[in-house]
Amino acid sequence: MTWVNVCGYATLLPERGVCALVDGEQVALFRTHDGVVHALGNRDPFSGAYVLSRGIVGTRKGEPTVASPLHKQVFSLVTGHCLDEPSVAVPVYRTRVDGGTVSVSVSV
Amino acid sequence: MRKIVVVGYGPAAHRLVEALLERGFDGAITVIGEEPRPAYDRVALTSYLSGVAAEELSYPVPPGVVTRLNSRVTGIDRRARLVAVEGGEPEPYDVLVLATGSRPFVPPVPGAEHAHVYRTIGDLDAIRLAAKEATDGVVVGGGLLGLEAADALRGLGLRTHIVEMSPWLMPRQVDEGGGAVLKAHIEALGLSVHTGSGVQEVVTGHDGRVAGLRTPAGTLIEAQVVVFSAGIRPRDELARESGLALGERGGVVVDSAMRTSDPHVYAIGECAVRDGMVYGLVGPCFTMAEVAADRITGGGATFDGADLSTRLKLLGVEVAQFGAMEGALDVTYMDPVAGVYKKLFISDDAGTLLGGICVGDASPYGTLRPYVGKPLPAPPADLLFTGGGAQLDLPDDAQVCSCNNVSAGVVRSAITGQGCADVAGLKACTRAGTTCGSCVPMLRQLLEKAGVETGKGLCEHFEHSRAELFDIVRVRGIGTFSQLIAEHGQGRGCDVCKPAVASILASLHHGHVLEGENAALQDTNDHFLANIQKNGTYSVVPRIPGGEITPDKLIVIGEVARDFGLYTKITGGQRIDLFGARVDQLPQIWRRLVDAGFESGHAYGKALRTVKSCVGSTWCRYGVQDSVGLAIALELRYRGLRSPHKLKSAVSGCARECAEARSKDFGVIATEQGWNLYVGGNGGFKPRHADLFAADLTTEELVRTIDRFLMFYIRTADRLQRTSAWLESLDGGLGYLRSVIVDDALGICADLDAHMERHVAAYADEWRATLEDPDKLSRFVSFVNAPGVPDPSIVFETERDQIKPVVMS
Repeated sequence: MTWVNVCGYATLLPERGVCALVDGEQVALFRTHDGVVHALGNRDPFSGAYVLSRGIVGTRKGEPTVASPLHKQVFSLVTGHCLDEPSVAVPVYRTRVDGGTVSVSVSV
Repeated sequence: MRKIVVVGYGPAAHRLVEALLERGFDGAITVIGEEPRPAYDRVALTSYLSGVAAEELSYPVPPGVVTRLNSRVTGIDRRARLVAVEGGEPEPYDVLVLATGSRPFVPPVPGAEHAHVYRTIGDLDAIRLAAKEATDGVVVGGGLLGLEAADALRGLGLRTHIVEMSPWLMPRQVDEGGGAVLKAHIEALGLSVHTGSGVQEVVTGHDGRVAGLRTPAGTLIEAQVVVFSAGIRPRDELARESGLALGERGGVVVDSAMRTSDPHVYAIGECAVRDGMVYGLVGPCFTMAEVAADRITGGGATFDGADLSTRLKLLGVEVAQFGAMEGALDVTYMDPVAGVYKKLFISDDAGTLLGGICVGDASPYGTLRPYVGKPLPAPPADLLFTGGGAQLDLPDDAQVCSCNNVSAGVVRSAITGQGCADVAGLKACTRAGTTCGSCVPMLRQLLEKAGVETGKGLCEHFEHSRAELFDIVRVRGIGTFSQLIAEHGQGRGCDVCKPAVASILASLHHGHVLEGENAALQDTNDHFLANIQKNGTYSVVPRIPGGEITPDKLIVIGEVARDFGLYTKITGGQRIDLFGARVDQLPQIWRRLVDAGFESGHAYGKALRTVKSCVGSTWCRYGVQDSVGLAIALELRYRGLRSPHKLKSAVSGCARECAEARSKDFGVIATEQGWNLYVGGNGGFKPRHADLFAADLTTEELVRTIDRFLMFYIRTADRLQRTSAWLESLDGGLGYLRSVIVDDALGICADLDAHMERHVAAYADEWRATLEDPDKLSRFVSFVNAPGVPDPSIVFETERDQIKPVVMS
């Protein structure tokens, strides 16, 4: 597994996403209220636009989520599944926070 | 092609035409009306005297329908199927519909020719003219129409008397006890009520002018204006002359298909008599129109009498009556201090509701009327106190809207089958609630019972409505979303509640939308202070107040667009939209624009967008006021004002209305004397013409009224509810809005004024503030780990010499 450092943990605003370019992949990173960092593919599968990092972060029945900024479909930050249309999902990537630095792994 | 001719152009005729078109009638329709205007809403006639324009009351003429206004029909040749029109071509028909209405009954007493009647806009114009030189007015008739006329005279500033033959007022709707409570209410308003009295003569002075009314007892009621409003008589003279069967006391006899004695001739509305009854209420007349339209188009609908239930507010007093006015048993609740009288009539076994009367508080009406003839849904005492509340389960065949004959079953299937999710949707879909509006609370209850969120809980995180959250934030001084959700919600919010709370916080605290944790609440548009487009790029709209711009500034916009390769389009709001900017380009674009004197146009926010204007009196040869100057002043005053939804406005410099102000949330049209203010207009998905709110205002009055209108909307509207839907959802509508922001009925005007002053004082350009804050600026990158790299997924092709996004699928 290859870890790529992307940014300082403090750069991530609580409940707001950023996008990182990791090995040519666009990765949407989110820091939730409890401090956990989640990573999803940045591409919104409904519109084809690379925008998920700019969605609103929240919860649905306790599960952390992001809503696409284009047409508001909600995705689980944990599983990548679209909660409005369960057959659709985006990739989920591993993250870690080490010494104040956030790293992502896009390899499986 | 079949041709229908309708004689008479009142509400029933209008509804007939609408119903024909709805049923796909594809023949020709001609409507011949005596009055100089198409049908108008007679139920709202009094509002004409308080400044609502005649056009506002008018129903729109459906496309394709031929109207002959100002035209009197003089005869019907039934054999040749021709209608003779005075001074014009005769009109041939295949089907003739008589909708000639009624005339007010004028008792044959001496001097009656000097009295007024109260039915048409023309009548009202005459009364208004007469009232100018009068101090006192008297209305003959203490029924529904009489009290409306009395309200009109009082509104014109006259000391007003009411003379009623029966021992109490509104004898058709209330019993003696209810009449006494009603009389007390009306006398408390300063009107004089003379019950149990007829009319001897209308007295005129030596100058031939009306001096008063003499009663049979010899009393002289001094008054310069006398109005007869004591019942109606069907206008059946055309039917009589052409040999159609008439009722014993007049009226054109119809069968259950609304056909007269000639199968080619129908009669509907107040001129028709069915089983000896003439119906003077709008509900039954609409039903007759629907039945006739159904029959003409081959259906089998029938009219077998109608519910005469009424709920109305006369002179500020609620009066309602439903079902029978007698029963084996009755239960009465009376509170003479509060002026409330409620009575239910029930069957001898105390099991079936037969009818009821309400004076002073008609709240049980909406719930109870559908239960007439059905088992009592709760103990009578509970029903009188609370109306039974939302706990009742209406049977499907129970009538919810009596004006438009809509049953609970039809409303339910509109909710479940057609996806109607709010009162406005139900109105559009079923017509329920569109005439008198008294069943709107019932519609709300049916929505709630069906499990549809009716705007109460915002989402799974808050059980409060937006308006309630607004009050919580305001009263408790809550400053952050985290505090609000911890104390009043659950979970961590979502794309529904977060932007709504962000808007509330912005309206109340006036801080920058990207300050602190507020940044995480914003929709992407507010977060990047630009509008996201389908490929993830943004568009930029600088403010151009009133649409006025110097050549130098135009050149700057052109240069910026050229230098950043942006697609450029002129918007409907008289601005210029620059498309295709990446997030990392936005600050550079703003820098250029801000340096040239531009600021954010808030095209991205639920906020004031533009105040559009025509060129106005400065240049236009027709203009009567400086519409550009006012539009700029309004746009600068309300710029940056965060609201439940976007706000649009316009100012027209004359009645030609080139700025299309009546399609705006608040629109202003210049008059010779000042400004007319219109509110609640909307283009878009569900167009609505704005309502005239106030006329001939000075600029100062205008601004104060708009201030309060906007602030009251911001405080009380639902999330994403435009002013048009908000206005329609307000119980009491425009009248209620006037009472709050003009008469200060809630005592909040000073607070609303102060709130707007704080907004105006605290305004700052969001683009400039962002450019001056390195922390905020650092977020404007495509990639957090590669700030200089543009997003490679953003690709354009060229169309008509400009860029066009290519979205990879």
